[in-house]
Amino acid sequence: MEENKVTLHGVWASPYSKRVELALKLKGIPFEYVEEDLTNKSPLLLKYNPVHKKIPVLVHNGKPICESLVILEYIDETWKDGPQLLPQDPYKRAQVRFWISYLQQQSSGQLMLIIPPDVMGSITSDGETQEKASKELFEKLKVFEEGVKEFFPDGTPCVDNNSVGILDILLVSLFGAHKVQSEVLGIKIIDQEKNPLLFSWITAITELPVVKEIIPPHDKLVAVLHTIRNAGLKSPAALP
Amino acid sequence: MGEKTQEVKLHGMWASSYSKRVELALRIKGIPYDYIEEDLNNKSQLLLKYNPVHKKVPVLVHNGKPIAESYVILEYIDETWKDSPKLLPEDAYGRAKVRFWASFIQQQLFENIGKMFTCEGEAQEKVYKEVIEKLTMFETGIKELFPGGAPFTNGENLGLLDILMSATLTSHKAVEEFRSGNPEPRKESFIVLMCNSMKEHPW
Repeated sequence: MEENKVTLHGVWASPYSKRVELALKLKGIPFEYVEEDLTNKSPLLLKYNPVHKKIPVLVHNGKPICESLVILEYIDETWKDGPQLLPQDPYKRAQVRFWISYLQQQSSGQLMLIIPPDVMGSITSDGETQEKASKELFEKLKVFEEGVKEFFPDGTPCVDNNSVGILDILLVSLFGAHKVQSEVLGIKIIDQEKNPLLFSWITAITELPVVKEIIPPHDKLVAVLHTIRNAGLKSPAALP
Repeated sequence: MGEKTQEVKLHGMWASSYSKRVELALRIKGIPYDYIEEDLNNKSQLLLKYNPVHKKVPVLVHNGKPIAESYVILEYIDETWKDSPKLLPEDAYGRAKVRFWASFIQQQLFENIGKMFTCEGEAQEKVYKEVIEKLTMFETGIKELFPGGAPFTNGENLGLLDILMSATLTSHKAVEEFRSGNPEPRKESFIVLMCNSMKEHPW
């Protein structure tokens, strides 16, 4: 049995970091976690990710892998036990990759306007811009919901520990904290009435024990989001 | 899997580098296909049916099943037609490295090069500087991917990164002219070499 040393450099509040944590736990892969201070990055992080200097970085037997989605595919291809994060069939894989790409492009953009996704602060907005952004986000989510309906032939998303896949991981990292995000911003991110499928899907994923283990405590997350938002609103880059 | 008839169609546009990527991949793999040139001002009913979400090219249709997004198509092609040159390495770590740089090319290089077309003067200069910076970073980073300095990332065969680079960068001379400033050939030397050798390649 060859040595399998796995280390994850991450940040507790980062959804990108959480994705990788979730994947490792789902696959039952033992790993060492290194919490990075983004204002004081470790020399190891800078060595492992010289191009972007960002987390998460997975280090497997001394070899670094960067970019959360690249890491997820690597994990799936390297550890074959446990749930398969991507389907086996190439056409289904293409469909999943299409929707991953969609979520990444659309949601990140809109969310950046509403909620900065990571602790490094970015443009946030209020009032009119926020309203426009949240309308656009809702439209994109509607398209996504329509598109993935075929993944749930009986209409209800059923998620259990053995069938969690890459889309589930992505959704929970982007929207798992939607209630907290809604609380901080005063608007509904995922509305049960408007996005029923998405709402029930995300709820099902967040109920999984393994997800509950790693989702940050409610109050801590609220505090962090408030700080980021206030900083963003005060910054010169803020939009009306 | 038996040798059943494979119907492969590509909806593309001659000036689209995303479209070119897929064409290149199909040719490298030796996959016969029907090409449908789309008029982006008058998109075909089929295109709108096959890509209702984005309504864009390229779209690959394999035995009636549509796949959209050039990068998704490239991975699909590599996973479906296995008996031909591989676009991605066999080992997971090699694949992770290629995917990392593919993401870099798309986000850091391609988008910045595109930005140069939509601004001018000082703003354009700034973007140009960023592009050069990223190119240098890219050059340094992928040197390790080239076994013994060979021109292509998969040995003699063109791989995924070569496809992306070719589509993104062989128009660099056109970009230079457009910018009409002082080109800095020294910084682009390695990439230029790679692009030139790719131009020499039969495909």
